[in-house]
Amino acid sequence: MTTPAAAPEPTRFPVVLGLDTFGDRTSDRNGRALSHAQTIRNVVEEGVLADRSGVDFFGIGEHHTSDIPMSAADVVLAAIAARTTRIRVGSAVTVLSSDDPVRVFQRYSTLNALSGGRAEVVLGRGSSVDSFPLFGYNLADYEALFEEKTALFAELLKGTPVTWEGKTRAALHDQDVVPYTEFGPFPTWIGVGGSPQSVIRAARHGFSLMLAVIGGSPARFAPFSQLFRQALERFGRPPLPVGVHAPGHLADTDEKAESEFWPHYLEVLRRYSRIRGFAVPTKESFAFEIGPEGALYVGSPETVAQKIAANLIALDASRFDLKYGMGGLGHESLMSAISLYGEQVIPRVRELLRSERPTP
Amino acid sequence: MVGAGHVGPVIARVAVAAGYEVTIAAAGDPKEIELITQVLAPGSEPRWTADAVKDADLVILAIPLHRFEAFDPVLLADRLVVDAMNYWPAVDGKRELFEDAQHGSSEIVAGRLAQSRVVKALNHIGYHELEGERRPSGSSDRRGLGVAGDDGQAVAEVAEVIERIGYDAVRLDSLRAGRILQPGGPVFGRTLSRAEFERAVHTEAAASGVR
Ligand SMILES: NC(=O)c1ccc[n+]([C@@H]2O[C@H](COP(=O)([O-])OP(=O)(O)OC[C@H]3O[C@@H](n4cnc5c(N)ncnc54)[C@H](OP(=O)(O)O)[C@@H]3O)[C@@H](O)[C@H]2O)c1
Repeated sequence: MTTPAAAPEPTRFPVVLGLDTFGDRTSDRNGRALSHAQTIRNVVEEGVLADRSGVDFFGIGEHHTSDIPMSAADVVLAAIAARTTRIRVGSAVTVLSSDDPVRVFQRYSTLNALSGGRAEVVLGRGSSVDSFPLFGYNLADYEALFEEKTALFAELLKGTPVTWEGKTRAALHDQDVVPYTEFGPFPTWIGVGGSPQSVIRAARHGFSLMLAVIGGSPARFAPFSQLFRQALERFGRPPLPVGVHAPGHLADTDEKAESEFWPHYLEVLRRYSRIRGFAVPTKESFAFEIGPEGALYVGSPETVAQKIAANLIALDASRFDLKYGMGGLGHESLMSAISLYGEQVIPRVRELLRSERPTP
Repeated sequence: MVGAGHVGPVIARVAVAAGYEVTIAAAGDPKEIELITQVLAPGSEPRWTADAVKDADLVILAIPLHRFEAFDPVLLADRLVVDAMNYWPAVDGKRELFEDAQHGSSEIVAGRLAQSRVVKALNHIGYHELEGERRPSGSSDRRGLGVAGDDGQAVAEVAEVIERIGYDAVRLDSLRAGRILQPGGPVFGRTLSRAEFERAVHTEAAASGVR
């Protein structure tokens, strides 16, 4: 991979290590699917445990299917915020293309108020597309919708009154949008899966970059961090952090983590491959994905910590959000993974990064 | 290279590495993709679409199919065109033009590009694999990639590019046969050697009666 010369020395941001969930509907010990209501209550318990275990951030990704009933992530985040005092809470992602930016701002500004300034938003174009027909949008318009709505969201974050006009919602004229934020705009990211246009868009609006690395070698995303930094410079903006979102699972040993995760991963990917036409994973492809070159962070705390530290360095990123949970993988296993992540992985990653990266 | 999204810059990058002169275009002003090109595909030159294809020996089309419907076919008249596109209702939405069980997406694309020679290739390898899975000719783990078209000479020209980029070209002698390269098919998104690829193609052809 060639590196363009004269890349500026990147600014160091504090290392933030978080957890994301899509809130998959899990199964009980007998393999029976839990109710949506119980699934949602369990996610609140998981968020509270993440806080107690020392995790920096807890994110919930918006989904609208019976397998993933997390359509109102901000409500669930509010419940977590009410029971915690330290952990930051946010979306992972909010499908902005099929939502109203004004409502998204209002909901997260409210969450920010409730949590004493702990809210964040990750905006996504939406590759889980169930929300488009649900809210009456045409999938083929996703680019135009996302472009216009991120621009409006950037305006809303500056504070009101807002004047704005576009094609995707009613115009705003000197409009007050409440609640006002207490400490200025809350952190906003754009989630990017590999579209360079989205990287540029994040830089143009002054949003941070969250790279979703869910397949193949994480290191191949390094040029995207570079692109982001150069774009920020070109738009005359100050440096902003780069984060990584990636799936995984933890248990005491590599073998245990792998054997817990694999059957659910296979089941989820099998479903997904029917929609996208991709090949169903095999034991070999799984072995590759959990290895050093692959995209999955599955194993013992030491294995996962090593991989996180290595990829934060490779991608020049300061934030890592482990997306835990996979299909029916049970709540008890998830709770135990959360404790291991907070109590063992996070301190170990910090230690590894300190030894690799001398602080200036 | 027409398209500068997930796929376009990666194809441009590996083509530059293989020694080709590469121009790249998105839908609009080349200034918009200047930075993307510099960082993700250094050595390739951003242009307006019409300028990028004007004197190209080969044009690779990698734009979303829902945008292809509004693409002006005249731009590609008399060109050799590689169709790297897939019909994905999950991304494209349902498109009447491509909801056609009798024809593969590249047959439909070729129908619209009546003045061009169309070859189907590079559609079934992920953008995130295209660079890392290249191998020198003769490597035992070199990946096979399909090249399908009705015009044998055109297929040969594209096969040569595929080989030079770093893959074994597996030729299929019609766009109709190229349907096997589509999403849901036996080679889509799979890393297969030439021999495994050919076996998958024969098995599928025997099962469906298509050749
Ligand atoms: N993702 C993969 O791994 C993969 C692999 C192989 C093949 N494919 C196929 O390749 C195609 C493109 O996918 P993608 O993921 O790269 O799409 P994408 O990220 O959405 O990028 C689309 C690109 O096409 C450009 N474009 C759209 N309409 C155009 C026009 N009329 N003239 C010139 N450029 C135009 C866009 O330019 P603007 O930004 O200016 O609109 C943008 O640069 C799809 O059919 C996909 O199925 C994908």
